Amino acid sequence: MLNRTPLFATHQKLGARLIDFGGWEMPVQYSGIVDEHKAVRTAAGLFDISHMGEIVVRGSAAPDFLNWVLTNDIHKLQNRQGQYTLMCNERGGAIDDLYVYQVEAEEFLLIVNASRISIDAAWLNQQLAAFPRRAAVDLKNLSADFGAMALQGPKAAQFIDTCFPSGTEPALAGTLRKNDMARREYQGRFIFISRTGYTGEDGFEIVAPAEITPAIWNRVMEIGAPFGLKPAGLGARDTLRTEVCYPLYGHELDENTTPIEAGLSMFVALGKGEFMGRPVLAEQKARGTTKKLVAFKSAEKTAPPRPQYPIWSAGPERRQIGHVTSGTQSPSLGIGIGMGYVPPEMSAVNSAIAIEIRGKHAPATISPKPLYRKG
Amino acid sequence: MSNQIPGGVLHAKTHEWARVREGVAAIGISDHAQHELTDVVFVELPAVGRVLQAGAACAVVESVKTASDVYSPVSGEVTAVNQNLTQHPELVNTDPYGEGWFFEVKLSRPAELNGLLKPADYAREIGGQL
Repeated sequence: MLNRTPLFATHQKLGARLIDFGGWEMPVQYSGIVDEHKAVRTAAGLFDISHMGEIVVRGSAAPDFLNWVLTNDIHKLQNRQGQYTLMCNERGGAIDDLYVYQVEAEEFLLIVNASRISIDAAWLNQQLAAFPRRAAVDLKNLSADFGAMALQGPKAAQFIDTCFPSGTEPALAGTLRKNDMARREYQGRFIFISRTGYTGEDGFEIVAPAEITPAIWNRVMEIGAPFGLKPAGLGARDTLRTEVCYPLYGHELDENTTPIEAGLSMFVALGKGEFMGRPVLAEQKARGTTKKLVAFKSAEKTAPPRPQYPIWSAGPERRQIGHVTSGTQSPSLGIGIGMGYVPPEMSAVNSAIAIEIRGKHAPATISPKPLYRKG
Repeated sequence: MSNQIPGGVLHAKTHEWARVREGVAAIGISDHAQHELTDVVFVELPAVGRVLQAGAACAVVESVKTASDVYSPVSGEVTAVNQNLTQHPELVNTDPYGEGWFFEVKLSRPAELNGLLKPADYAREIGGQL
């Protein structure tokens, strides 16, 4: 029996093709992956992300507790600001990658991956039980109470404020800076709108109580339609984020892979003091790692690279040097692209590699990130 | 949505079609198949000169999310392949029975055609009506 989001009936009405995504019955596409991908790059797309998790952490010791369990520095945040961050185990391995928002000085909202909700909640509770000032921290997993959607694309800012009554701080959601969040009221309930996304385009993520999520989806679709807004599914979400080299937990990140190996040092604040996983991460930052995440483009028209395909060195003495973690045919670039892990000494940009696709070695080139850039 | 099934075309149960003219069969995949696959991004075709056996996997068609085997409905030697599909794999989606053809086979056992489905029978197979 698969989980369904508050928008399940909406997807059925839209004729979505539904698949089992980690135990959730989710739309992989509506009009087509390539069509939806292009809509997001040129106009706007609306994604159901209600399966993701929401964990609220409150209390006078909440900032210190979060700075202990997360890698980025929570003290960088002001009210209604968010940051990308990771939660690591004692070995520096990623338990999840997530966004944390400071709603108020002592109230934080964590947006976590759907596949990791239970694991994250269990880990946080376990860490909290050992935290000296645990009496000053309250943690609640509210994932079941919330729905969410991502409105992504260059035209999103043109109509976001028509969707919702204006508010304060700021008056217009269209003026939010990247990673900032606004609270709004909708049908008498509080919702959050943040200027963030997972596609490489401008856009907003809207978190709302589950009961009003369908009404908000309908409102956004209605207002956005004249701008070219289309519903978009998980298929397009994957091609979009792969083009801009955003990691996907379970592919570029897992409990045996550190943020340093994944190229995410920017989100590991080694200077903030002690935190879970710091010793290993500091060591890796100083001494290097045994694997490094690279992005690559196919050098010719081939079948798309896919996760788990082996990566080989090029040249006369080939050997397998790693594996693909994410791969697809890029709708924007028209060629195969992907990411994968190779030894650091083989990770230089412009290096020739080969992707093993159905027994054949397809030439590819290690490329700078992101693989797709606007303009 | 109704599946387009042209007359004069035979189908295999595995959704490949064959259109025969003077002992040579053009082969492709059906409208039903391309719809199931969604956006085709790559087609791996057999080499000209390769000898195919009916029912054996001989090509691969890839969408964004999956790779699917294509089985030759007939036996014989590959005499031509659709080079257009390298630059325009989307032809499989937009014109599965026309510009989206995969390859041509010189039939070595024409009697095999009797085992393929006529349009009305294929329509029934995919649960629709002609």
